[in-house]
Amino acid sequence: MISLYIHIPFCIRKCLYCDFLSFPCSSDGLKNKYIDALCNEIELTEVEDRLVGSIFIGGGTPTTLDPDQIGRILDKIREKFTLSIAIEITLECNPGTTSPENLIQLYRIGINRLSIGLQSSIDSELEALGRIHKYSDFVNTFKWAREAGFENINVDLMSALPGQSLENYKNTLTNVVKMNPEHVSAYSLIVEENTVFGGIYGDDKSVIEKLDDGILAKYKNLPLPDEDTEREMYYLTEEVLTEAGFHRYEISNYAKDGYECKHNKVYWTGGDYISFGIGASSYVKGVRYNNISNVNAYINEWNQGSRPRKDNIYCDITPLSDQDMMEEYMFVGLRLMEGISISGFYDKFGVAMRDVYGHVLEKLVSEGLIIVEEDILKLSKRGIDVSNLVLCEFLLDN
Amino acid sequence: MDQSKIRNFCIVAHIDHGKSTLADRIIEKTGLLTEREMQEQVLDNMDIERERGITIKAQTVRTVYKAKDGEEYILNLIDTPGHVDFNYEVSRALAACDGAILVVDAAQGIEAQTLANVYLALDHDLDVFPVINKIDLPSAEPERVIEEIEDVIGIEAQDAPLISAKNGINIEEVLEAIVAKVPAPTGDEDAPLKALIFDSLYDSYKGVIIFCRLRDGRVKKGTRIKMMATGAEADVVEVGIFGAGQFIPADELTAGMVGYITASIKNVADTAVGDTVTDAGNPCSEALPGYKKVQSMVYCGMYPADGAHYPDLRDALEKLQLNDASLHYEPETSIALGFGFRCGFLGLLHLEIIQERLEREYNLDLVTTAPGVIYHVWKTDGTMIELTNPSNLPDPSEIEYMEEPVVNAEIMVTTEFVGAIMKLCQERRGRHIDMEYTTATRVLLKYELPLNEIIYDFFDALKSRSRGYASFDYELKGYERSELVKLDILINREEVDALSFIVHKDSAYERGRKMCEKLKEEIPRHMFEVPIQAAVGGKIIARETVKAMRKDVLAKCYGGDITRKKKLLEKQKEGKKRMRQIGTVTVPQKAFMSVLKLDSE
Repeated sequence: MISLYIHIPFCIRKCLYCDFLSFPCSSDGLKNKYIDALCNEIELTEVEDRLVGSIFIGGGTPTTLDPDQIGRILDKIREKFTLSIAIEITLECNPGTTSPENLIQLYRIGINRLSIGLQSSIDSELEALGRIHKYSDFVNTFKWAREAGFENINVDLMSALPGQSLENYKNTLTNVVKMNPEHVSAYSLIVEENTVFGGIYGDDKSVIEKLDDGILAKYKNLPLPDEDTEREMYYLTEEVLTEAGFHRYEISNYAKDGYECKHNKVYWTGGDYISFGIGASSYVKGVRYNNISNVNAYINEWNQGSRPRKDNIYCDITPLSDQDMMEEYMFVGLRLMEGISISGFYDKFGVAMRDVYGHVLEKLVSEGLIIVEEDILKLSKRGIDVSNLVLCEFLLDN
Repeated sequence: MDQSKIRNFCIVAHIDHGKSTLADRIIEKTGLLTEREMQEQVLDNMDIERERGITIKAQTVRTVYKAKDGEEYILNLIDTPGHVDFNYEVSRALAACDGAILVVDAAQGIEAQTLANVYLALDHDLDVFPVINKIDLPSAEPERVIEEIEDVIGIEAQDAPLISAKNGINIEEVLEAIVAKVPAPTGDEDAPLKALIFDSLYDSYKGVIIFCRLRDGRVKKGTRIKMMATGAEADVVEVGIFGAGQFIPADELTAGMVGYITASIKNVADTAVGDTVTDAGNPCSEALPGYKKVQSMVYCGMYPADGAHYPDLRDALEKLQLNDASLHYEPETSIALGFGFRCGFLGLLHLEIIQERLEREYNLDLVTTAPGVIYHVWKTDGTMIELTNPSNLPDPSEIEYMEEPVVNAEIMVTTEFVGAIMKLCQERRGRHIDMEYTTATRVLLKYELPLNEIIYDFFDALKSRSRGYASFDYELKGYERSELVKLDILINREEVDALSFIVHKDSAYERGRKMCEKLKEEIPRHMFEVPIQAAVGGKIIARETVKAMRKDVLAKCYGGDITRKKKLLEKQKEGKKRMRQIGTVTVPQKAFMSVLKLDSE
């Protein structure tokens, strides 16, 4: 069984913190050409395993496409692949980019999970992030989605936002809990290079030069919460959501029982996935593929024709060594609260985890950063807080 | 060789007053080189020298000048290093000359180094004549400077050539002055060979190349020579003279000449600067005066950042020492840093140069510990040890008392900064000796200062507190009894031997506090709290704490992020590798040099 990811790079406006491969686009012509290319890529890609367990349509803002355009992609997938009876098909959706009618149609074409990007229920915080919506837009979108029939909805939240107080964040959590979604992804803001925030809060000088003084002055009054507050927010998330019947199953992900995101768990457990669209990354039978990120080059490549993926010069292909796979098994798998299986490591690589990581494991256990329970290895609470320090220990010397 | 047509001279100047530029012009005007061949500064051919604009190794060049009297003269220009670290080398280079050109900046006038060098030249009975440089600067005041030279140094300066070395103005006048004012040598060609070694160089084909000035006698291929101080003997393979940047073989060297000798000598230590070369079969009765063994003044530990490179560091030091007999090193072991070397240097500049050469020319990544001086530790049993590594300080119960080296320092400064500089000297435990007004606005301050107070950052502090106007020179006076203690640094309650240093007991608290503050900045947050403590004799005198890290977590990691995430983790791990492990604490390498940057007010 494999999973499929479809990348839709279009959005209405770039958010100030966003470093995803996305850009504002209002040209229907470009969108259609992109979907043509996507469909060609899907059709011409050679695959062995055709049984699909999950599909994730992400972006960008996929709901800047109309439901017919999304339908074309799903039709192409159904033509090429067999969808499992229990398939999860997620669509990312931003408040302010959809309507009751569109949601009804999306449900009809087979989307059965929505992921709505709320981020915050405080309008001033949304504004500071450069989001296009207000909290009321989210409330409407959520209601319409329920009315359209969606029974599996995720809400994306962000903490550690510019000027955010613990109190404000608590309000957002409470508001979300009231809407009663099945799943919540709660991320701390990451200040990335090549974003406006990278210039304001990071040390990306190339960006600072382009910013006008007005913006810099505005954000001077909106400092990021300090490390301690950020951790308080993180602990608060778990507290509030646990009380509301969610459980944390990954560093930043919470679900009601039975609603963990199947698709993302494929990433964290080392499963195979094929991705389509610009910048998309696939992982099949130990080989990683990265698509080109230039949209025009991508469209030209796939719309002119007929070369299967393995000959596609635009695709960066990296076979992973056993060592690479071991490293990923550890540092990706440990993001899951359930941890990783020690015997599973042996089954997969034919060598005991202890023989590869014995020294590291001993050290991390003694430092209280990881916990070993019978066959399971997982991060401790403290280990989650400083997970980068823990995870980098699992990189092996060449 | 007709000695009356030889002029052996050097140029003395304060740093930046234009010594090397004038040397270039002299070489250019005497026509040995075409302009195309002229490197920017012909004499300074080491990279570091070029970049820092200073001369490290003394270099020498022989030029031929056709003077206005129609005669051809041989001008041997013996270049001298410009830094106080190399004082002894300067003195030997001067001893090889018969006269000296004093270059003084027309705008800045006399500086501390100018004085020190002139006195050194006069001490060697050289005829010194002044040249006023940079006369084309808008701020040039040649009249005032001439007056200053006459008043302060007491040499005739009215007819000093007014030149611009940079723009080639009046260089002829300098050449004529050399012919007229530098005395010709008067050695006895028939006496036994007596030659002064003023420098030497190791060449992998020829072995040691001895730079020397012949006082008496002659030397040629086949002569069996003897170094009178070291006792080394060898058969001469080649003699010759110095072209600009090249060695030109000659049949023989005779009294009055400056040239080189090679004799398949494998070790520069056998040809110590200041030693006398004589004919082993027909030796002169006594050696030239003034030879002394060069002593290291400053010591520090040098360790490879990656322990696996220890043999590379050893090989590199060995190679550098071939050319630099004043570099000393011996293996040592540090609990914190592993295997390395305790290295001795003439001064801090010498240390920095060696460090840079190791890093640049030998591609070594080094951890250097705080430099220290040699202390005399008198033990209760009456014996004395020379302490170069603070870790080796005996137990206090075995110590009767300690002595530290003290220097005589001369500082020249304009009157407005006298207060600030005196305060600095006082902070550095200086003893005021004298204060002289050399002109209405310039003061010469004389202090006795403990060497360990000036080796780190005194020069920088001096410059910053006088807005760059103060100049400074010193010479070792001797050892004095002092109340010294060993300051230990504990990181996470573990003593780090490589961070220990010796300090006067009155400065211990201040130094300890600053050291803890500095280390707090340098040491990254760990998963636990890291106390940094300074202790004297087991008693904690200062403490700082590096707070525990609260978070280091990446919120998101989905399929497309894995490659990027891995790169991030790799970067993090790589960063950790460049740090040193002290128990469970990782310490960045530059933390070991923290002590150098304590005076940052």
